[in-house]
Amino acid sequence: MQAWYAFLTGPALWATFIIFLGGLVIRLTFLYGLSRERDRVFYNHMDWTWGLKSILHWLIPWGSASMRLQPVFSFVFIVFHVGLLAVPLFLSAHNILWDRAFGVSLWSMSDAWADALTMVVLACGVFLLIRRLVRPEVRILTTAWDYTLLGLTLTPFVTGFLAYHQWGPYEWLMILHVLSAEVLLVLIPFTKLGHMVLFFFTRAFIGFEMGARRGARAW
Amino acid sequence: MQKNDGDTRPVDVKKIRELLDANNGARIRTWLSLCSRCGLCAESCFFYLAHNRNPKLSPAYKFKATLGELYKRKGHVDREFLHRCADIVWGECTTCKRCSMYCPFGIDVATLIAATRTILYSQGITPEGLARTVVNYRETGNQMGMSSEDFVDTCEWMAEESQDEIKGVTIPIDKHGAKYMYTVNPREPMFYPQDLAMMAKILTVAEEDWTMPSTGWDCTNLPMFAGDRALAGQVVRNMYEKALELGVQAILITECGHAYRSALFEGPYLAGYPDGKPPVPVVHSVQLFYEYIRDGRITIDPAKKIKEPVTYQDPCNVSRNGGLWEEGRKLVRFLAEDFRDMNPNRDHNHCCGGGGGYIPMGPEYKARRMASGRVKAEQIRATGAKIVIAPCHNCFDQVSDLNKEYQLGVKVMSFKEILCELMVVPEKFRPEVSEEDEGES
Ligand code: SF4
Ligand code: SF4
Ligand code: SF4
Repeated sequence: MQAWYAFLTGPALWATFIIFLGGLVIRLTFLYGLSRERDRVFYNHMDWTWGLKSILHWLIPWGSASMRLQPVFSFVFIVFHVGLLAVPLFLSAHNILWDRAFGVSLWSMSDAWADALTMVVLACGVFLLIRRLVRPEVRILTTAWDYTLLGLTLTPFVTGFLAYHQWGPYEWLMILHVLSAEVLLVLIPFTKLGHMVLFFFTRAFIGFEMGARRGARAW
Repeated sequence: MQKNDGDTRPVDVKKIRELLDANNGARIRTWLSLCSRCGLCAESCFFYLAHNRNPKLSPAYKFKATLGELYKRKGHVDREFLHRCADIVWGECTTCKRCSMYCPFGIDVATLIAATRTILYSQGITPEGLARTVVNYRETGNQMGMSSEDFVDTCEWMAEESQDEIKGVTIPIDKHGAKYMYTVNPREPMFYPQDLAMMAKILTVAEEDWTMPSTGWDCTNLPMFAGDRALAGQVVRNMYEKALELGVQAILITECGHAYRSALFEGPYLAGYPDGKPPVPVVHSVQLFYEYIRDGRITIDPAKKIKEPVTYQDPCNVSRNGGLWEEGRKLVRFLAEDFRDMNPNRDHNHCCGGGGGYIPMGPEYKARRMASGRVKAEQIRATGAKIVIAPCHNCFDQVSDLNKEYQLGVKVMSFKEILCELMVVPEKFRPEVSEEDEGES
């Protein structure tokens, strides 16, 4: 068990980071090359102001007409994303690991905050799951893969939460915690979760297309 | 309704794969792989709203079930499937681009739908109404198959007719070096020649330097909606090249929405101009009319300003996809005292349901067009307006049909018509004969 844990937090973790970052770089480079050849429309109408506006309006809570049409869902999905990023990055236990591995660490949030935020993320996750199940326009689009990815996204949070509270078999939970997080990171560059970075590009494009060319607000 | 009645032609998988591959650029690839299936776009589509929020009408479902599926199956599909796709991409989407503003990733569903149309077209599938126009474009360069002579004759006839009202009206044909080359929708010379007369009167009173070309005068582009990209490029190139040949300063587009979209935004790409810009500037009538009144080249008789409540139909391809929503509104305010906006409006307005080729798709699609137009009908009714101004031929027809179907009790008008009624005709343009009429008013 210990050996497994050591492997997962050692070589496997390094491999994960390499695949995660390398994968994103490869996907972006590939798309860049392809766009140079086939998507002139992207470059012809480039305009930073419109690109940035298009991105910002979708980062600010209720910054777009679409989010305002569905205020509750938008609120949940923003909180969900904030939690997804903040908890793993600013958890003090992770910061200790960062420090040990790289000699640098980020600002840490208090454990109580992290604990609360984890619960919020889980609650949001459940909300999103239920929404997928009950809203016909979402259910019709949903594939098994969407449930899998949602489950996989929540697993590190559930296991981390249980382990922190020492509920259940701690060692198993920790192994599952690290493993699921690694699988998730590895998947990001190759799945729809790539929106983590591609969001900025597709938003910028629609900003150019609707805004720079026509002055229309894509938000 | 697109049905597979007896269509047993084999599917050319190789061709489909070629087109799938040609379309597989960074944008389409990213959009298809990024869609989170969140369903946010559903609310933005009037087809979805008009049909009791039928989930199959959400934009994401429409591209997923068509282009998405074609990629997934790598083109290995049967006729059955292709006809189902046709039903979606022509019957359930007008490529109005509204949904791209409501998707967190800005996925441009209209582009995905248009790509699907080209694939279907390559397999000989396209609504008959559009297929008919394609033949005409190919043979005569315009969608209604009108000959150059007939066109020029109509122009002359209309110029003559107009001289009774405005002295010295002419429709100059192929005049080199004019400021504007005015291009129209063929339904004007074919069925509503008065539209040509009205425009000639306005341009005469504004003392404009303009011309109409004897070829390349059709600014519409239905092959763009039929899925024939090559021909769509040719159609717009005819117009550009004529403008270059005549050495005009700009192409002036009639009150037509998709013509403007074609000439200014999609045309350069269809015709293969690498910088995405038309070789000659393109100006829409709404813009020009607005400038005329703003700059005092046309004066509106204050006593004739419309008193009845007026609303403005933002044609998607003039407003959201053309950028002219403010000009349109200011123009309406010049002409009418009681302007009532629809809600939503401007760049976020709903399509009327007649776009994307829907009107020319003809009577077999009419019932569906009326059903999906419910959203627009309700928008109009809610304003309480008695007049709807629609600076787009397709919107004009659709709103007119909706008016009957939903008993809206409105009158649909174009800017041309109103301008002609309201503009002050300066002394020098008043024909001698009509002096007694002047005395009455
Ligand atoms: S809003 Fe965008 S990401 Fe969400 S389902 Fe629609 S197309 Fe997909
Ligand atoms: S482009 Fe317009 S009609 Fe087509 S799916 Fe989007 S909102 Fe609906
Ligand atoms: S018919 Fe009018 S509203 Fe409808 S797509 Fe064309 S321009 Fe848009």
